[in-house]
Amino acid sequence: MKKQVNTIINAAGRAVPTEVNGKPVIPYKGVGQHRPEGNKYGPPISTCIDFPDDGSKLIATLKEALIAAGLKDGMTISTHHHFRNGDVIANQIFDIAAELGIKNLVWFPSASFDCHTPLIKYLEDGTIHHIEGSMNGQLGRVTSAGKMQGVGVLRSHGGRYQAVQDGEVKIDIAVIAAPTADSFGNANGLDGPAACGLLGFALADAQYASKVIVVTDHLVPFPCWPWQIQGNYVDHVVQVEQVGIPEKIVSGTTQVTKSPDRLFLAGLTAKFCEEAGIIRDGFSFQAGSGGTALSIGIYFAEMLKAKGMKSRFARGGSNAYLVKMLEDGLVEYILDGQTFDLEGVRSMRENPTHVDTSPFTSYNYHSKGNFAQLVDVVILGATEVDVHFNANVVTHSDGVLLHGIGGWQNCLFAKCTILPIPLFRDRIPVIREEVTTLCGPGELIDVIVTERGIAINPLRKDLLDKLKGSSLPIRTIRELKDEAEKICGIPAAVQFEEEIVAVVKWVDGTVIDCVRKVR
Amino acid sequence: MSNTTATAGNKGEKDRSDCFVSLQLTSSGGIAIDLTSKVEVLFGEVIRTLCLEVLHHFGIENAQITLEDKGALPFVMAARLEAAIVQLVKTDKEYLPEMLPENLYSSSREQHRLSRLYLPGNTPSLMINAGIHSPNAIILDLEDAVAVHKKSEARVLVRNALRHLSFMGVERMVRINQVPAGLDDLNYIIPHNVNAVVVPKCESAEQIHEVNKRIGILQKSQKTPNQVWVIPIVESALGIIKSYEIATAADNVVALAIGLEDYTADLGIQRTNEGLETLFARSQVINACKAAGIQALDSVFSDVGDAAALKTYARQSKSIGFDGMGCIHPRQLKDIHEGFAPDEREIENAKKIMVAFAEATDKGLGVVSLGTKMIDAPVVKRAQRVINLAISLGKLQKDWRDNEHQVNSPS
Repeated sequence: MKKQVNTIINAAGRAVPTEVNGKPVIPYKGVGQHRPEGNKYGPPISTCIDFPDDGSKLIATLKEALIAAGLKDGMTISTHHHFRNGDVIANQIFDIAAELGIKNLVWFPSASFDCHTPLIKYLEDGTIHHIEGSMNGQLGRVTSAGKMQGVGVLRSHGGRYQAVQDGEVKIDIAVIAAPTADSFGNANGLDGPAACGLLGFALADAQYASKVIVVTDHLVPFPCWPWQIQGNYVDHVVQVEQVGIPEKIVSGTTQVTKSPDRLFLAGLTAKFCEEAGIIRDGFSFQAGSGGTALSIGIYFAEMLKAKGMKSRFARGGSNAYLVKMLEDGLVEYILDGQTFDLEGVRSMRENPTHVDTSPFTSYNYHSKGNFAQLVDVVILGATEVDVHFNANVVTHSDGVLLHGIGGWQNCLFAKCTILPIPLFRDRIPVIREEVTTLCGPGELIDVIVTERGIAINPLRKDLLDKLKGSSLPIRTIRELKDEAEKICGIPAAVQFEEEIVAVVKWVDGTVIDCVRKVR
Repeated sequence: MSNTTATAGNKGEKDRSDCFVSLQLTSSGGIAIDLTSKVEVLFGEVIRTLCLEVLHHFGIENAQITLEDKGALPFVMAARLEAAIVQLVKTDKEYLPEMLPENLYSSSREQHRLSRLYLPGNTPSLMINAGIHSPNAIILDLEDAVAVHKKSEARVLVRNALRHLSFMGVERMVRINQVPAGLDDLNYIIPHNVNAVVVPKCESAEQIHEVNKRIGILQKSQKTPNQVWVIPIVESALGIIKSYEIATAADNVVALAIGLEDYTADLGIQRTNEGLETLFARSQVINACKAAGIQALDSVFSDVGDAAALKTYARQSKSIGFDGMGCIHPRQLKDIHEGFAPDEREIENAKKIMVAFAEATDKGLGVVSLGTKMIDAPVVKRAQRVINLAISLGKLQKDWRDNEHQVNSPS
């Protein structure tokens, strides 16, 4: 049972705790309201005196590297998720920790996947005190059931960089699984059996962790070029048999949907963009992974081709479809956050305008701007949206935590944010009176596209004006909600326990909402 | 008291928006509901209430009911419960969900039937969003798409869908089973505003008479019976030969469709994409329909994956005289509509006729002419149809006349 904590009503009207895992936190104050103070965090100063003259930081095993890095109770250990469901290293780290009898670790991944389900036993036996990052699938269910000892912290990709930079999270040991590396610690994701494209999610870890371990199965002589991760940050390099499972690195959500309903949604979204005047020469877009978003990218490509236009840049998630747009000249630059398939990896290797980015360049809110806000249109998903356009991406309507935030919150700052979502899934209405968990404030969400109508946020008078007289089915969000409830019935309110099992951070590090234990 | 168990519904790995009901009548102890549902948290109570309501409606006081729910909408769940109940209880009662006011429309003889989307009559997940894809018609199929042991429960589901599921204004057809067995299907659809009855494997006018006789009986008790059209499908060598007889069997036969899967099987030949082997049969049906003054509808195209072949097929089908074709997947709709859409020449021609007609009307002329040709009323009507279709398919702007006017009368 967790310690009872005080809660306070934040600017979004949500009751959130004033401290998380014993540390005080700031309640959400509204979009653009929280101003950070002070200096960025700095890790301890290193010296060449402590590193071998020949530059080789090789150490025989991951276990020895972790011991050399000073692994002990209560530390924060970070990993990245560029290998997605093909990651094998995170599990090994905690196997080693458990074997050494170490307790109360904080796991700080950039995201978690089904492959991390074996870590549940370490949540239960106290090897891992809590997770800060994302708790997907089974890890989410375990968290929702209150089985994690501490309180989970959910952050966006940009929020993760911000938290590390600001010193909210101090990484004791960063373990960076790298498809290719040299013995000095330079590393990249472009080559090797586990090639995954880029390593941007590990950038903050390399820059700010006290100790950095690079693990690879493809060791090359110095220099490993390009050095996406610079060896100058790295303490130890470990060579292993296999650093990731290649076939599981390719994301399962990168196939274009065959579902007629989703294709319809994608087509409707693309038509909306066209009528709203978003598709023009030099526009930019983010089409994420997932069947619907992918299909929208394909519709964009068709429209650009038909109009003889091109897009200045596309924000990826890159995959074969986006690469084809780049190579067909329909897109001038791919600004890539993660490569979803091997075509993406190849393109990043070969095309100079396929750029690898990090959460620093794309998403960090505590910086001098980021490029997410420059994107003309971003297409995102949601588990729920409410009549105030607030959206949820982490819990389902039954209250169970099942997803991470990813870059979702950060993308909301684009010039036009569109959520294509079905009005209902089986019998579950997606448009609700109030979202179960607030992840994105409605003022940043511009358009909801459902198969039974499109709702434009009343704040976007410009869009409403542009679509006046359109043949598209423009409705109010309330009309959509009423229609969903007419079809499905009015769902009962979910009953939760008092106990807070996770908090949701906003992009500036404040707490926008929390997740409570399910009954 | 019967100790047998009745079941209804689907619970396969891939079944969604459906439920599986297992019902046992008991002699005491009231009603025990064993519910497993993916929407338990949100709708558990509502589901239990519905179970009780339906059971009480049929006068059942004691029963053991096991409900495995995968997110079935209420009209689906009610259909499953009723289908299980009527296996164990002799009753004339029905548990009817509300008839949605938006489902009370009728269809016209003339309306376009370029595409008619088949929906298996016992698969709710495929019905629920069918309307959004804007086919000209949907066909809730009680015949080939439903397994023999599922026929009874499908009728109840189709009935409930006709009442409580919105197909967004598209023509609502039901394919009944072959006459005479299919006549009983009519009991479940005629009182519920079906727009057209599709009669499969038709081989004689007599079968249509039987259908109409049953429709007449069923409509007697209705205050304001809705117009029900009949669309026979000929799909055998005999049916093809009898096509004119069938096409003229009754006033409400609004179209005749050909079924080529069964027809080629009847002939013992393979159906090809090119369709040379069925050219005679198709031409025969077209000719019979045109002679009878009704629409001729082509078969379905079964290779859902081959969009290019479908496109060619649809274009060819239109060129030989068909007014539309069947469709087994929403993704075929675009190509079918594309294939049957009027081409530019047809649209231009129709525009000229409409403009000439408008000018003649303005001037109060009784006779309309285009160049040296006289234009009579049916020609104008046909041109208007082409214009309407072109607009509905996005081939022509709604306000085409404004642009036309500028072109024709420079000022």
